[in-house]
Amino acid sequence: MTQPDWLEIQFSNIRPKALAALTRQFRDLEIAEEAFAISCVRALKNWPEKGLPDDPFAWLLTVSRNAGRDILRKQSRNLGSQQSEQIETPEDHYIEHIDNKGLRDDVLRLLFICCHPALTLQDQSAVALRIVTGMSVDEIGGAFLVKQKTMEQRITRARRTIAAANTPFETPDLIERSNRLSTVMLMLYLTFNEGWSATRGETHIKLPLCNEAIRLCRLLLDLFPSVSELMGLLSLFLFQHSRWRARTSEQGNLIPLEDQDRTLWDHNAINEAHALLEKALRHGTPGSYQIQAAIASEHVHKRPSEKTDWVEIERLYRALYHIEPTPVIKLNHATAIAKTKGPFEAIEMLKPLETDLAHYRWYHSALGGLYEELRDFSAAINSYTNALLLNPTAQETQFLKKKISELENNL
Amino acid sequence: MQYSILIYGAEGIFEHLGEDEQSEIMQAHRDLQKALEEKGPFGTAQLMPTSNAVTIKPLTDKNKKPVIVDGPFAETKERFLGFYVTDFLNLDEAIEFAERLSSPYISLEIRPVTWAGGTLSPDA
Repeated sequence: MTQPDWLEIQFSNIRPKALAALTRQFRDLEIAEEAFAISCVRALKNWPEKGLPDDPFAWLLTVSRNAGRDILRKQSRNLGSQQSEQIETPEDHYIEHIDNKGLRDDVLRLLFICCHPALTLQDQSAVALRIVTGMSVDEIGGAFLVKQKTMEQRITRARRTIAAANTPFETPDLIERSNRLSTVMLMLYLTFNEGWSATRGETHIKLPLCNEAIRLCRLLLDLFPSVSELMGLLSLFLFQHSRWRARTSEQGNLIPLEDQDRTLWDHNAINEAHALLEKALRHGTPGSYQIQAAIASEHVHKRPSEKTDWVEIERLYRALYHIEPTPVIKLNHATAIAKTKGPFEAIEMLKPLETDLAHYRWYHSALGGLYEELRDFSAAINSYTNALLLNPTAQETQFLKKKISELENNL
Repeated sequence: MQYSILIYGAEGIFEHLGEDEQSEIMQAHRDLQKALEEKGPFGTAQLMPTSNAVTIKPLTDKNKKPVIVDGPFAETKERFLGFYVTDFLNLDEAIEFAERLSSPYISLEIRPVTWAGGTLSPDA
């Protein structure tokens, strides 16, 4: 081991906030990152000897600021314009007071800069993870199941794109702040989903994406404590994430929620998710993430015998569709309708989506299930076969083939 | 006298420790709880992150409803993470028990208790 874990943990906890403040000061991500790295090296030498400073964040920030100024001086000296100055030894100086109000916009800005519209969503999260949370290119490539070399090139390209972005450094007004928050929340949402949507054998590899999305969401909520959609987003993450230990079998297969071993669920996470949702709903400003969290909460029961409240879930999907009228949400709404009104009504709802979702395999497998319930076996076989043609995972293929052969025996 | 052991630390650290270190910390708590149990009744709680909190502001006008804001009472660099309360012989003993939880991530404040009620009442 090259350095004690506890230092590593401190650095990674402080990194997003420190980088955010440094980026505003130097208006340059590279200098900010280099300066922070220098301060960590200093801390590695200093802390184990002298003990953890009272405020490790302020300590690192003070040292980083000095290191950054030093980098600038060296740069200008190379240009031949400036006299070299004595380099300050920051450890001896009084450590600055940190202004939390400015910091929250700094952190938001840093994340927002990573969400450059010219980048694909995956590149946005990759570059945010690299810069903001300090994950290595190796780890990021691993989590996205992309070769290290490819990931490195993509991050380098993304860095160039965001370096050219001209995000203003003034304090944003309310509307701009709320736009930035929505953009960043969407990036976190997609990062989490990328991690969560792992297929057979990948769940463990992709877990860091979920962890980092949760971590950044916590950080934002800490800085913007009364944004109800942020509470909703974190609640949604925690409801999902609470089940990660239970969702794969020893062979690496995904286990459906109703068959999971509930003792493996993280009940602390579930409690926290409930607490956050409860708090969010007090605001009376529903939004997509809060509704999705509410839907997730309906699926999480301590005992399998507890009945899932499909009437409530149906109502929530209807509300969600109202906010986000997308075919996929309609599909989910229809599955809830199937439980409350029956498969016939659900199929009627799904028929108009045929063109929109023609290439969405879950559309076909959902239809297959509904036709099967209606005992229209040839239509069910037809739908399952359509799903089979749309690149299902090995596990889904196995499931679909089994279904089809069972149904063929019934014909 | 009763003493409280108040645990302070940065949030979000524990979740990012390796499994070994996490279980080491949890074991220290279980050991402490076992030792306290042998001494007598005690109270303890682990608190959720401060983002889960709401704060009821001081009520200055009795005709109005108090203002409730999201978040903890105070923005502090170290957060109040949890506590233990029980009867100790003296400060030395309280410190001796509290020390068992020491790690690089937390500070432990030992604060004597003036009065405790409910299940923590010394007469309960």
